[in-house]
Amino acid sequence: MKEVTASMAGTVLNVLVSEGESVSAGQAVLTLESMKMEIPIEAAAEGEVESVNVTVGDFVNEGDVLVVMK
Amino acid sequence: MKKILIANRGEIAARIVKTCEKLQIEPVIVYSQADKDLPYVKDANIAHEIGEPPVVKSYLNSERILEIALHEKVDAIHPGYGFLSENADFVRKVENANIKFIGPSADVVEEMGDKVKARKTMQDAGVPVVPGSDGPLSDVEEAVQLAADIGYPVMIKASAGGGGIGMQRCEDEKALRTAFISSQNRAKAYFGNDEMFMERFISNSRHIEVQIFGDEQGNVVHLFERDCSIQRRHQKVIEETPSPFLSEEVRRQICEAAVQAGKHVNYTNAGTVEFIVDENEDFYFLEMNTRLQVEHPITEMITGLDLVEWQINVAQSKPLPYLQGELTKSGHSIEYRIYAEDPHTFLPSPGKIEKFQYPTIEGVRVDTGFSSQTQVTPFYDPMIAKVIIYAEDRDKALERSRRFFEEWTLGGIKHNGPLFDQVLNDESFQKGEYTTNYLNEMITKVEN
Repeated sequence: MKEVTASMAGTVLNVLVSEGESVSAGQAVLTLESMKMEIPIEAAAEGEVESVNVTVGDFVNEGDVLVVMK
Repeated sequence: MKKILIANRGEIAARIVKTCEKLQIEPVIVYSQADKDLPYVKDANIAHEIGEPPVVKSYLNSERILEIALHEKVDAIHPGYGFLSENADFVRKVENANIKFIGPSADVVEEMGDKVKARKTMQDAGVPVVPGSDGPLSDVEEAVQLAADIGYPVMIKASAGGGGIGMQRCEDEKALRTAFISSQNRAKAYFGNDEMFMERFISNSRHIEVQIFGDEQGNVVHLFERDCSIQRRHQKVIEETPSPFLSEEVRRQICEAAVQAGKHVNYTNAGTVEFIVDENEDFYFLEMNTRLQVEHPITEMITGLDLVEWQINVAQSKPLPYLQGELTKSGHSIEYRIYAEDPHTFLPSPGKIEKFQYPTIEGVRVDTGFSSQTQVTPFYDPMIAKVIIYAEDRDKALERSRRFFEEWTLGGIKHNGPLFDQVLNDESFQKGEYTTNYLNEMITKVEN
């Protein structure tokens, strides 16, 4: 099981993947917005999305698990 | 003027309050729910909540802000920087309500806000602009064709852009084709306008800007230059004046060009003309900011003037207190912007400030909207404070800077303070040898 975590605290601007979807390494899975900056959050390795733990508008802290992959 | 509404937040709101108090003007503070516990809000005699934290619901809510201005019967609105400060529609709404807008006229704000139009205006004024497109680019094919003429790398920029948003460097045609479409989409989303233009990329450049001031009597003066080359993500981190790089001859030319630009558009109030300067000290107009600049305090330090006071006086149709020949400067000033961000990745890092303490040192000014036990929220710019250092010369200013950063405390939150320790110990910075690429190079060096 691999986890995609937040590299910064911020608001979820959009979610780019859904459960069951295959993603490749380096693919953006969602975008976080904080302090006037948008940061794409990328999957570190390829895999299948097991769950998306956040929805648009959620506030997350640095290190929070955003997406679980298998 | 007896009462001024400050349509801004954080350090600049606190800064404007200071001058209001000096001039015995009553300041009216507006704040979002996220800012209710900040010291300048708590200390205010008159403060109004204007809405939820997101900027569209608070600091960009011009209807609500105007409502309060009318209710409080203010004489003028000071927009600070960012938010509504360069919004021509807002300027017109304020003036239509018979309230003074502390800044230039709506027409000038509009003309300079459109970067393509601004380039054209500056060319007409005889001010050199970066070689590039004459008008907006109609599509990606036109961009590719033009890039072939100017030569790669090129910069593509949004006509309505600013603050480093909506611009991208392209190394080749493939990169340009991808970047053009994505930048267009971003520009549309951010500014509601997807018009793009192109400039030649100038390598090893410096970012030098000139503070200008105009009055309704037609006088335009400059208050010398500021070197703002130390940047990350096209946003400034350290600024200093005088520039350690410019020769006296080019310093004179660039300041004169800025005045020429201001005169050509009948500029009134405070403005900044930004230039990019190449290795041969050839300079080109980049853009004009029609407002007070974040880094204005370093100009205040070397001239001994209060630029907000000047702004308020000019807004009351008073002439500038000094003409060009009467303006002098002395010493050296450096500003460090303290950001709530990771000092290595520069990623934003909101959180609670547990402790913010700094020594009282002669020649040191700290402008901030925060204090110990306050929250830096994710809704706004990450700037916590500006540390402004003044001394008789650059070496002494560096020495004083080092002392400040040895003695201060900013705890409980990630911030870029450690970066300044590194910069102040770096030989190139000490010698004043740096370009806009300085921080990127420093980070790469550390990673390797």
